[in-house]
Amino acid sequence: MNIKRLLFVCVMAMLAFVMPALAQDKVVTGKVTDSKDGTALAGASVMVKGTTIGVSTDANGAFSFKVPGTATTLVISSVSHGNLEVAITSGTMSIKLDQANAALNEVVVIGYGSARKKDLTGSVSTVSSKDFIKGAITTPEQLIIGKVAGVAITSNGGAPGSGSTIRVRGGSSLSASNDPLIVVDGMPLSNNGISGVASPLSMINPNDIETFTILKDASATAIYGSRASNGVILITTKRGKKGKPTFSFSSQLSSATISKKADVLNADQVKSIVNANAPTNIISKLGSTKTDWQDQIYQNAIGTDNNLSVSGGIKNMPYRLSFGYLNQNGILKTGNLQRTSIGITLNPVLLDNHLKIDLNVKGTFSKSRFANEGAIGSAVSFDPTQPTTTNSARYGGYWEWLNANNFASTGLETLAPKNPLGQLMQRDDRSNVQRSIGNAVIDYKLHFLPDLRAILNVGYDVSQGTGTVVVNDSAASQYRRFKDAGNVFHGGQNTEYKQTKTNTYLNFYLNYAKDLKSIDSRIEAIAGYEFQDYKTKNNNYPDLTYDKTVVSTPNYAFDEPENALMSVMGRLNFTIQNKYILTGSVRRDGSSKFNADNRYGVFPSAAFAWKMKSEDFLKDIDVISDLKFRIGYGVTGQQDGIGNYDYISYYNLSSGTGSYQLGNAYYQMYRPGGYYYNRKWEQTATSNIALDYGLFNNRVTGSIEYYKKTTTDLLNEINQPAGTNFSNKIVANVGSMENTGFEFSINYQAIKTDNLTWDIAFNATFNKNNITKLTISDDPTYAGARYGGISGGTGNTVLINSIGFNRGAYFVYKQVYDPKSGKPIDNLFDDKNRDGVINEQDLYQYKGADPTSFFGFSTNVNYKKWNAGLVMRANIGNYLYNNRASSTGTIRNIINPIGYINNGSSDVLYTNFSGNGTNYYLSDYYVQNASFLRLDNINIGYNAGRVFNNKANLRLSANVQNVFVITEYKGLDPEMNGGIDNNFYPRPRTFVIGLSLDF
Amino acid sequence: MKKNIFKYIITAAFLVGGVASCTKKLDLLPTNDVTASQVYSSPAGYKQAFAKLYGSFALTGNQGPSGNGDIQGIDEGTSDFLRLYWKAQELSTDEAVVAWGDPGIQDFHNMNWSSSNPMLTGLYYRAYYQITLCNDFINQASDANLTSRGISGADADAIKLYKTEARFLRAFQYWVIMDLFGSGPFATENDKLGSVLPQQASRTALFSYVESELKAIEGSLVAAKANEYGRADKAAAWSLLARLYLNAQVYTGTAKWADAITYSKKVIEAGYTLIPNYAQLMLADNHLNTSEFIFTINYDGLKTQNWGGTTFLAHAPIGGAMTASDFGVDGGWGGVRTTKNLPAMFPDVTGTADKRSQFYTGGQSLEISDLTKFTDGYAVTKFKNKTRAGANGSSLTFPDIDFPIFRLAEQYLIYAEASLRGAGDVTQSLTYINNLRTRAYGNASGNISAGQLTTDFILDERARELYWEGFRRTDLIRYNKFVESSYLWPWKGGVKSGTSVDAYRKVYPIPSSDISSNVNLKQNTGY
Repeated sequence: MNIKRLLFVCVMAMLAFVMPALAQDKVVTGKVTDSKDGTALAGASVMVKGTTIGVSTDANGAFSFKVPGTATTLVISSVSHGNLEVAITSGTMSIKLDQANAALNEVVVIGYGSARKKDLTGSVSTVSSKDFIKGAITTPEQLIIGKVAGVAITSNGGAPGSGSTIRVRGGSSLSASNDPLIVVDGMPLSNNGISGVASPLSMINPNDIETFTILKDASATAIYGSRASNGVILITTKRGKKGKPTFSFSSQLSSATISKKADVLNADQVKSIVNANAPTNIISKLGSTKTDWQDQIYQNAIGTDNNLSVSGGIKNMPYRLSFGYLNQNGILKTGNLQRTSIGITLNPVLLDNHLKIDLNVKGTFSKSRFANEGAIGSAVSFDPTQPTTTNSARYGGYWEWLNANNFASTGLETLAPKNPLGQLMQRDDRSNVQRSIGNAVIDYKLHFLPDLRAILNVGYDVSQGTGTVVVNDSAASQYRRFKDAGNVFHGGQNTEYKQTKTNTYLNFYLNYAKDLKSIDSRIEAIAGYEFQDYKTKNNNYPDLTYDKTVVSTPNYAFDEPENALMSVMGRLNFTIQNKYILTGSVRRDGSSKFNADNRYGVFPSAAFAWKMKSEDFLKDIDVISDLKFRIGYGVTGQQDGIGNYDYISYYNLSSGTGSYQLGNAYYQMYRPGGYYYNRKWEQTATSNIALDYGLFNNRVTGSIEYYKKTTTDLLNEINQPAGTNFSNKIVANVGSMENTGFEFSINYQAIKTDNLTWDIAFNATFNKNNITKLTISDDPTYAGARYGGISGGTGNTVLINSIGFNRGAYFVYKQVYDPKSGKPIDNLFDDKNRDGVINEQDLYQYKGADPTSFFGFSTNVNYKKWNAGLVMRANIGNYLYNNRASSTGTIRNIINPIGYINNGSSDVLYTNFSGNGTNYYLSDYYVQNASFLRLDNINIGYNAGRVFNNKANLRLSANVQNVFVITEYKGLDPEMNGGIDNNFYPRPRTFVIGLSLDF
Repeated sequence: MKKNIFKYIITAAFLVGGVASCTKKLDLLPTNDVTASQVYSSPAGYKQAFAKLYGSFALTGNQGPSGNGDIQGIDEGTSDFLRLYWKAQELSTDEAVVAWGDPGIQDFHNMNWSSSNPMLTGLYYRAYYQITLCNDFINQASDANLTSRGISGADADAIKLYKTEARFLRAFQYWVIMDLFGSGPFATENDKLGSVLPQQASRTALFSYVESELKAIEGSLVAAKANEYGRADKAAAWSLLARLYLNAQVYTGTAKWADAITYSKKVIEAGYTLIPNYAQLMLADNHLNTSEFIFTINYDGLKTQNWGGTTFLAHAPIGGAMTASDFGVDGGWGGVRTTKNLPAMFPDVTGTADKRSQFYTGGQSLEISDLTKFTDGYAVTKFKNKTRAGANGSSLTFPDIDFPIFRLAEQYLIYAEASLRGAGDVTQSLTYINNLRTRAYGNASGNISAGQLTTDFILDERARELYWEGFRRTDLIRYNKFVESSYLWPWKGGVKSGTSVDAYRKVYPIPSSDISSNVNLKQNTGY
């Protein structure tokens, strides 16, 4: 089946090459200028309407090209000036484009089609390449951080290619995934990770991307039905333009440095604490060196990113080929990412414009070496009075905590941290990953009924990740970890992994569009079918020591989890008098993750937009150049992020190391798995009310939106009544949650002259999340579902989902402070229920990890050949649990009772916490306000103009990323996913210089 | 050319239609996991599912040592039966204190646990997990299922015996629920999984159920000492009955001393003998102790790996100046010690007279000023991952030590106590007690006279013989010394000198997570 589909695509592609142009040609020439100031518009696209025949204007705004004799109309479009249709005339055409209408004439992709921005009824935001964040960007989503109201993008850390967590309007799920659906050129991607890469999106070259379109409310997303509850991000890659081949080359060189180290004690401070508090046997273990372990593990990291693309047209077929090579070191020593990417897009138009084909193939090859991030925590904890290396060859020459009592086995102090530098240098963790995403969209306008188009979209997303982890057998971390049957010790690790993903996609729909002139209306309808299949094959390999002694073997050679979605969908757009727009859509999704009776979910939506500016009462008010009111309602579903087969109980065979002895034999045990037969779709109903505005001849534009999302039948891990299931917790459909929010965006063109332009954009988002139901029966003594494991103790958690509170509230003890010094008093907490004891009953819900509001600000100034810009972001109301301080900032941590010395957070100098007792881990003292203002990026560019004998255009740029952060938060970085700050890979500060050449 | 295009479009349309009609595409199955009908298609499959019933005593999940846990909402390493049961039975008493900060772990000794205590929640779900597995297995092993799966003859007989043992394991866990939580939800193989909310069974109802089940299966279990190692036999059922009857007054208000005598006697007369050397009870090769051990949880350093059970019991008591390699392990966890009350019951702390006195005192203070400081309180050296010959166990991380749930010594003590309380044969009792003491002292020097044999002596003797084996809380409750002010120990009730606590703490609370999931459940009084 899959092979047939691919074959079909190939045949279509080959056909495209051989199709000749049939009609007689004529030549049109002209010049495109700005309607106001008459400046020439370079780089504007001039196309014959309904075809892909066209060229770009040159530096003087001029164009000249052959068009078919039958052609009557040209479509002129420019990124800055929008689109304009003009009739073809003989002689030199003079075409004036009006910048004012640019934004609103913009055509944006939406689910299964495209629409003019001014005709949208749903909440749709677009960011195109000119507004992308500049600099060393390794994953696509980082191009739009802070650019869109309602979209929070938080990078997962500073490792190369580590990606980000994206939340659209707060996320509407608890146990299911909160990730938005990402669609690349019409091909929906799986959000699941790929073995061997830090983030699946890192396998898409950001340089190939033209626009991001973010669908936020249900009237925009419901056409995607399932998987759409958390928003949809449509990524459109760059396309070729008809004409002579044009080449574009860009190169960047970046240097990343650690922006801030964790605040830990220095050697002298550790010495004085140990000397003052420790018994003599521990004092004697103090070393005499001064080692800053963080300096030992971090480095300045150089990176390069080079991209070359060529685009043009072969007859009726525009094409674009791109090639990229990225080589990025990590600031944590040994880490490296190399990525080679190629992209091909072909957009042939055939059969008198009746057949359009959009063919995209992207291929990416990455080679990574992953640094051992365990070293980050060890560098914070490792005794700074000790040297990095010793004269002994044991443990690879790295200094380690020893315990003479263990000399017969490892010689190591078992529970002490291992040498951070050794952890990095002795672990060689490498991967090779290939991923290809490709699809073909065949858009056929029926010959006998041109109002009707049939669109077939077939695609694939295949990846293969392989990797090896080699740890030398002298490494302390796995020293003599296995004793074989002959009582011989083996150490280290030499393991491999392999994962293959095969996702296939098929979509077919009909699009009918008709102007109903008699009633001054237009109708557009689509109806379609879709099938998506996500298959993963995980190969299992034995656990081997460095010398390849088998420690354990897997039960099965591989596992092949799979899930599939099958859907039908339809949408109707009805536009009356170009003023009132009605949209309705419905989608029915079937998911393999539910039993046959619950499998299908129906997701409807309806929306209405009113172009108020077109009404008489606004026509003459010049201040208001545009005004549109939108209201929408829709229901979306969610089934991502839950088990594939949980509706019946499956038996799992235990591992060889998990066997049980009966008599003289050891049996691998069959265990029935927990299941939930009645599991079904989680549903989110979204209401959205919005106003899009344009003022002062659209020099000020923006939107104001209010939304309310109510999720019911929450996929929520709940406790199962004891005695009724094989698992005491299972993801069931119990509970409900609300997100309400307000978004505001404004774009202001402050200055617009020939030599100087100044643009300012600002967006603000306010979101409130509230859990309204969680359990089957209400028990006031049940506080909620606790989660969020921390470092410290065994099994401590710091977060909770409770009814009446926001998702992810902290569940902590109320710290009592010394009224004089204002310092927290060691192990003194508020006895909330006044029963005389401090236990879980005294924990309370406090704040939360998600911001209550966040803001993005960007500005750009162009002066002659110079341009400069910056991007800032702020989050307000987000709190962070400072786990690094709570787990290391105590005397007990520094003077470990087992008999060794640790370093710890400098917080201990302030609190002087003993670390005795157990409740202090959950003190609200450690839940700290992490509101922040971050200057993400400043950039400056210079357009050197024509160089190399006027053969190429050269631009130069420089920028700094992660310039500074202003925050009260006491830890390393206030911006962190998940609410717990522990051993976070620091985000580097990156300096980038770049050049680009167009020729 | 146009024709060709049409041909492809038509082909494509057919392709679409073909896929659309194929809704079977949504019926997907796992690759390696199998359904019940596959597992139970062969006698070998039955045995592997049966092994899980026993294995869920020892292991935390289906992957050793961790990574695929049975119980959710608790750290997997602490989620096995023995580690949780041990904490509930020992940390709440004078026998043990712990230094760690695991959530809820200090509540035991402070006696201020609540219905959200994660350890109690974990233990409760672990017990019901095993009950649920047994209920399902009993159904799978029904005569009708065996017939329909074509299993007959000796295979069918073996599986019927598995079914009987499943009923024993279920009775044992209902006894655990009854002893620790008082009441609890009640489900048997007759309740279809997931279809009904279990009703709450009172402590009396659970007592009757456990008693009737054990008596019902007594005849079908194999003779004492005749089963495979690690599987229950008649003596295991008798031992549980004896223990049940010894505490009947606590459970139901009605004493059953005579029944306790009857069943402990059955065990004692079934051919068990004490092993000669007390110090060899809890060693890496203690599977050799079959003359004394009646029913064990089995561990193996290579094949039955987990972070609870005897891994915990061997590592956690090592800290301070102790040498981990002396115990056959790769390091101590610096956790559990004992209060001064336990060593005070022995003539000396060095084991000179009574060899059962196994303490480590170097660098340890007898008094406890800080529960979270390992060197406060004597360490206990009872569990060692060393063989009788002094070699290390098969793994330095995961000890091979098996854990006896029932051993002969307990039955001697039950017999003696029930005889004293219920007008039984005191002379015979004295012989049994002196058997224990002769082994402890290595000779008759520690033997006692009939006049010294009192119930209070037996409580102390139980501590001396059975300390750290999971009996102490039940014993103190039976002697009215658990919550009362008549018997104190350091930090009892969270006070250094010890204090009484409310009487409702004689049973643990039902976890609030289950109360909020099952409307039929009422919380125990006081919580």
